[in-house]
Amino acid sequence: MSDNRYELNKNLAQMLKGGVIMDVTTPEQAKIAESAGACAVMALERIPADIRAAGGVSRMSDPAMINGIQEAVSIPVMAKCRIGHFAEAQILQAIEIDYIDESEVLSPADDLYHINKHDFEVPFVCGARDLGEALRRINEGASMIRTKGEPGTGDIVQAVRHMRRMQSEISRVASMREDELFEAAKEYRVPFELIQFVHNNKKLPVVNFAAGGVATPADAALMMQLGAEGVFVGSGIFKSGDPEKRAAAIVKAVTNYNDSALLADLSKNLGEAMVGINENEIQLIMEERGK
Amino acid sequence: MRIGILAVQGAFEEHQSVLQSLGAETILLRQKSDIKDLDGLVLPGGESTVQGKLLQDLDMLKPLKDLINNGIPVLATCAGLILLAEKISNDDNTWFGTLPVLVKRNAYGRQLGSFYHKGDVGNISDFNMTFIRAPYIVSASDNTRVLATVNNHIVGVQYKNQIGLAFHPELEKDKRIHRYFLSTIK
Repeated sequence: MSDNRYELNKNLAQMLKGGVIMDVTTPEQAKIAESAGACAVMALERIPADIRAAGGVSRMSDPAMINGIQEAVSIPVMAKCRIGHFAEAQILQAIEIDYIDESEVLSPADDLYHINKHDFEVPFVCGARDLGEALRRINEGASMIRTKGEPGTGDIVQAVRHMRRMQSEISRVASMREDELFEAAKEYRVPFELIQFVHNNKKLPVVNFAAGGVATPADAALMMQLGAEGVFVGSGIFKSGDPEKRAAAIVKAVTNYNDSALLADLSKNLGEAMVGINENEIQLIMEERGK
Repeated sequence: MRIGILAVQGAFEEHQSVLQSLGAETILLRQKSDIKDLDGLVLPGGESTVQGKLLQDLDMLKPLKDLINNGIPVLATCAGLILLAEKISNDDNTWFGTLPVLVKRNAYGRQLGSFYHKGDVGNISDFNMTFIRAPYIVSASDNTRVLATVNNHIVGVQYKNQIGLAFHPELEKDKRIHRYFLSTIK
């Protein structure tokens, strides 16, 4: 991937800011998401909540299924490949996917190495729980970062933890003396240049979204107020009672995340939210995948 | 001077930081009540379907359209150009419909079709244009001034108070287009 291509890929993430990226499993759901105001959709065969329920090995979706969704909508279409599975990523690039999510939601294909994302022309988004993970993924060529959260639970606690940790580590690096940055680079196991960027700019070098456990407009507003630049919603929409209404409400909540009166209106009569799983009830911890 | 930047979704902060660095006061327009005392308007990049829907749902479409029709200087980039267009060749929706052009959405295909191109934009020479899943202008009415073309496709126009660009000057360090936009504000 040339430097130019990497810049263009970071630029696409900039255009997604302030928006909501929704998991969809069919062309019909993709259309509902688009008309509700999704800025992109994530095409996958099973949403995370169902992956948990089904168990077993979870893989890249059927390219025919992804093609169907690409035909159905005009907004960017993303899809997931397994951590380290560069052959799946090559296939997604061959069908001209707009963004690849190298995702802990699927079963990891490699327990040591992530994909060398510099080898690809298409952009990658990766999950991270802290500044070190985020910068390591960026060093590998990710052009967008999202919190891992704990997908498919409808519980926001992990996403909050990850976003807070990342923000506080960014503040810490920003407040260091310059001669302390060398040690910080070692501590976070990342190149000095990336630490220096964070120090100088008080932010990640790429766009940072929240993901994993967002189920309500209030959840989305919480993540935006904590510093997310946009939100992924996975199971939260199509596992709820009235997906269309909930999706549209979450979109508006991300735009006006500081207006509590509007958020109150948006939160009214949304029907049943996804049931959710509490942290101590989780059987499968996805955030531990890929560090 | 006070520039309103549509901030319902997309890359509005990038426009804000360029305009602030040029000494303009900026206000982010997230809802109807933000629309007041504006000397200029910026419609940023992002997804036009999202921005258009939010403009409608948040009752911002009409007040902004009135401002545009009353002559407020507008700088629209990418999705913003689509919002201004009178017609969209591959979309049944139209939004403001104040710029007499026919645009094509995602005219260069998916993200793999995104590109850079260096060329002239009106009187500004050698400007680095960034196209991200960009539209182009299929045709423009005779009284529209063409500012830029790439491979015979129109990618920038000016019509009275409206500047519509298919690319993203807000992503460049080169501030000449924003400076030109500010110079059109009296």
